[in-house]
Amino acid sequence: MSNKIDLTLNINGQDHAVSVEPRKTLVDAIREDCALTGTHIGCEHGVCGACTVIVGGEAVRSCLMFAVQAQGKPIRTVEGLASGKTLHPLQRSFMAHHGLQCGFCTPGFLMLAVNTLEKNPAIGDEELLDVLSSNLCRCTGYQNIILAVKAAREDMRTKEEAVAG
Amino acid sequence: MKPAQFQYHAPTTIAETLDLLARYAQDDGRVLAGGQSLVPTMAFRLARPKHLVDINGVSELNRVRVENGRLCIGAGVRHSAFEKPVEDGPLGGLLASVVRHIAHRPIRVRGTFCGSIAHADPASEWCAVAAALDAEMVAESKISGTRVIPAREFFEGIMTTALHEGELLREVRLPILPKGTHAGFAEYSRRAGDYAIAMAVATYRLKNGMMSDMHIAVGGAEAAPRRLPEAERTLIGRPPNFGIFQAAGHAARQAVDPIDDPSIGADYRRGIVRAMVIRALESAAS
Repeated sequence: MSNKIDLTLNINGQDHAVSVEPRKTLVDAIREDCALTGTHIGCEHGVCGACTVIVGGEAVRSCLMFAVQAQGKPIRTVEGLASGKTLHPLQRSFMAHHGLQCGFCTPGFLMLAVNTLEKNPAIGDEELLDVLSSNLCRCTGYQNIILAVKAAREDMRTKEEAVAG
Repeated sequence: MKPAQFQYHAPTTIAETLDLLARYAQDDGRVLAGGQSLVPTMAFRLARPKHLVDINGVSELNRVRVENGRLCIGAGVRHSAFEKPVEDGPLGGLLASVVRHIAHRPIRVRGTFCGSIAHADPASEWCAVAAALDAEMVAESKISGTRVIPAREFFEGIMTTALHEGELLREVRLPILPKGTHAGFAEYSRRAGDYAIAMAVATYRLKNGMMSDMHIAVGGAEAAPRRLPEAERTLIGRPPNFGIFQAAGHAARQAVDPIDDPSIGADYRRGIVRAMVIRALESAAS
């Protein structure tokens, strides 16, 4: 029984026409059908957050959504963060503050943090910690991830003020 | 770790949803709302529904409204909708304090209030709130029409409810708490966002300095959340203070029949129940 559905996924502003079974999760479709392997799969049951992407303006677990449910909604993945060779401020901050070691959880943390800072650039430390507690990292002990996101928060805020001024 | 095959249905109206459920529920058809519990269960292949009726496109289910002194929460309303108070009174405040305990932010923007109620995990925060406030569950199907099920009859056991096959939990109604109602919530879990070992919800009003309209419910500790009249009775007609809160905690500890699992023994869970009842009361009083 093959009951594939034709759908279009808009990822980082680009349309991808794919044909997938309804049971295919969004993360599998992103990786296998759209060949965007920056988004990682960890636990596949919503615990680790490695597969976090931004769908319709919200950071979500892409292993807990079926691809068919993301049709018509803008999807953002880690591939869309840098512009050309210029890394996103958060990516630079993760490098500067050693916010990664093996890098497996990094795309998920980046999308979670980007979404959080874009929605609330003035987010307080306590709330930020609560948001970041959503994802797992087995290398860093979290402190440098928190440091990196806090530094990016200041960086992105200064830039906004510069633009506004 | 990949869900088994199923047929996908995406209705856009309640009528269409009920049609699909009438047709497919007996062939192992299920409602897909936020999917934050159902999809992992499918990934483990503990659930292998043949049909999924996805209600995310049914916009008439996305509403929260106040009607006849009740907060009516539609089947499509996400947990995150409660992060800012949905209502100016004590109920809005209580729901906003509870929602912070539900999983993590990316889960809260997908998972739904009614989905949690229908799933009826013993450790669900919304189920404990529903039990505490005597919520009404509005179930609807093509065959039996609309039924209103009170919370005390709705939760039957671990992930078991009074919902019939083919019924959609269309909305949950919570009574608006009168101005001046004291409301508090407390839960204990080992990790941020993890399932709670036990939680408690407490609400009361003060009449001449004495507690009345006492509601205390415990969740996570037993197979299903429920009010504990033994603990409520301890407090009625007394002034709120730490000593009497401790007596209520003790009564709750005695009254529960806790889940006993290999990692958390029944006795330990009883102790947590006691502490959570005290903390919920303290939070209500503050």
